[in-house]
Amino acid sequence: MSANVDRHWRSFKWAAWLGWQIESNWTEPWLFAIYSVIKPVAGAFILVLMYVVFAAIGTGGNFTDPAGLARFNFIYIGNAFFIFVGNTLFGTFQVIQADREWYQTLRYVYISPISYYTYIVGRAFTKISIATFAVLITLAFGVAFLHIRVDLALEEVPAFLAALVLGALCLVGIGVSLSALSFLTARHVRGLAEGVPGIFYLFCGVLFPLSILPEWGQALGKAIPLTYWFEILRRILMPPAMLTEIATTSPTTLESFGLVEVLVLLLVSATLFLVLSVGLFRLMEWLARRAGKLDMTTAY
Amino acid sequence: MTTTVNPVTLNLRAVWGRAYVRIVGANREPSWIFFDGILPLLGIAAYVFIYEGFFRGISTPEARAALNALVGFVVLGGVMIAFWMNVLWSMASQLYWEKEMGNLQLYMMAPMSRLALLGGMAIGGIFMTSVRALVTLIAGIYVFGVHFTLANPLLLLAVFFVTLIALYGMGMMFASLYLLWGREAYHMSALLEEPIFLVSGFYFPIGAFPQVGAWGRAIAIGGSIIPATLGLDALRQILFPATTASFQFLDVQTELLLLVVLAVVFLILARHTLGYMEMLARREGRLTARHQ
Repeated sequence: MSANVDRHWRSFKWAAWLGWQIESNWTEPWLFAIYSVIKPVAGAFILVLMYVVFAAIGTGGNFTDPAGLARFNFIYIGNAFFIFVGNTLFGTFQVIQADREWYQTLRYVYISPISYYTYIVGRAFTKISIATFAVLITLAFGVAFLHIRVDLALEEVPAFLAALVLGALCLVGIGVSLSALSFLTARHVRGLAEGVPGIFYLFCGVLFPLSILPEWGQALGKAIPLTYWFEILRRILMPPAMLTEIATTSPTTLESFGLVEVLVLLLVSATLFLVLSVGLFRLMEWLARRAGKLDMTTAY
Repeated sequence: MTTTVNPVTLNLRAVWGRAYVRIVGANREPSWIFFDGILPLLGIAAYVFIYEGFFRGISTPEARAALNALVGFVVLGGVMIAFWMNVLWSMASQLYWEKEMGNLQLYMMAPMSRLALLGGMAIGGIFMTSVRALVTLIAGIYVFGVHFTLANPLLLLAVFFVTLIALYGMGMMFASLYLLWGREAYHMSALLEEPIFLVSGFYFPIGAFPQVGAWGRAIAIGGSIIPATLGLDALRQILFPATTASFQFLDVQTELLLLVVLAVVFLILARHTLGYMEMLARREGRLTARHQ
């Protein structure tokens, strides 16, 4: 038992270290820090400019309209936490393709005495850590320069952290499940990296309240646990007056769910996704070995 | 016995040979249409719904027209993103990955112009990306209900193709630079995603920049070095003439002229950077060394 735990811990630890080296050792630390800041801030600024265009046309240039500001706050916070989604998913399902096709090292890593499943999780951990930094930077930038209001009371911190961890576990489960598919698919990581987060971006109410979507889109959104994750994070972080403004003009349709209900839902979802990821990983690994696809290259 | 081959024929064969791999490769593996064509539409749809959300409750005819144009801007931005991503990941990074896979030395030994190789890569890439761009455009018209005003189709085609030539010329130049930068290449491409989506105005008119202050104008001018910026703005002006008036950056003719200049400059620079890379290959013998 202990040897097994040791093996998983060793796999996780060295995979995370390897991930960090791949992410950061191509340059100086200061350049890496700038690189890590520019991407999320640029992503946030896209939303700022979209809001500027709307305000110029839709409100006659009134940038302080309360409804508009509440919507902008809603979008900004959702977008900031979406960095976790993009990074965690890309961090997990790029591992197999990167090792197999870019570095052509999968065969060596695979035959080494580690758990390859835990290895993928370890590699993803690096991305989650970098995403945490990017989320903090984005939120701090918004508060400092863009009139974003974050209202986190001390007694809400445990719920916030619990939601954050459960959401991250959900994402790792989804990420490893998709990563397992890439055992059999060709070099589609980039399409997956854009597309799968795109599903969550569109249907989970990241950038707009769910009521904006058509009925079928709302139903789909409500079936994805991450929708509730974004809802609860915003409910904890946004000022109540802004939440009321959103609920009046464009409700999220999730207002009836309580904090505990959402946390339980996230716990169950995270467990299910992690179990699914183990099963799918084993199945795809077996199929890839049988088809001789473990070290195929498909780049052209 | 020596065989003399017309250099033009030789290089055209090289262009076709490199493009062929991508075109045939794409046909052999049609699953990429789903991964690279359909899935990215979802991200674009999210930006469409942001504007829908902003304009909710405002139902004046002017607001409806503005919303149609802004959704159209996002759709056109999605089309251009497809080409930009292809330039980054399948042009600029390609020579670096060819080196990692051991193909670069074969290219260097082959008796063709290296520009022909990159030209073939670009044509193959344009073919693959056009499918994604077309899917985005069709979705824009039929799913998001965007109405375009096509008053001058010839000008539209001219702007579009000059933009592509300039964009892929930039990609050809980057291909050599990325090769010199080594493993920074991957990160460089990642860095040129969101910041370029911003400065090129993929989701909003570039003319919105000056409205956020003097630094906004500076960003818009600086961002114009990316051909997608001017190309996209010109395409939007041609297809949505009424709405772009309040966010005009430059007029279409000026933008087309600048795009022609950019195309020529990038192609010349691509030739020079390739020459520099080749010189390094001969002098230092390290360009085929992997994992640097």
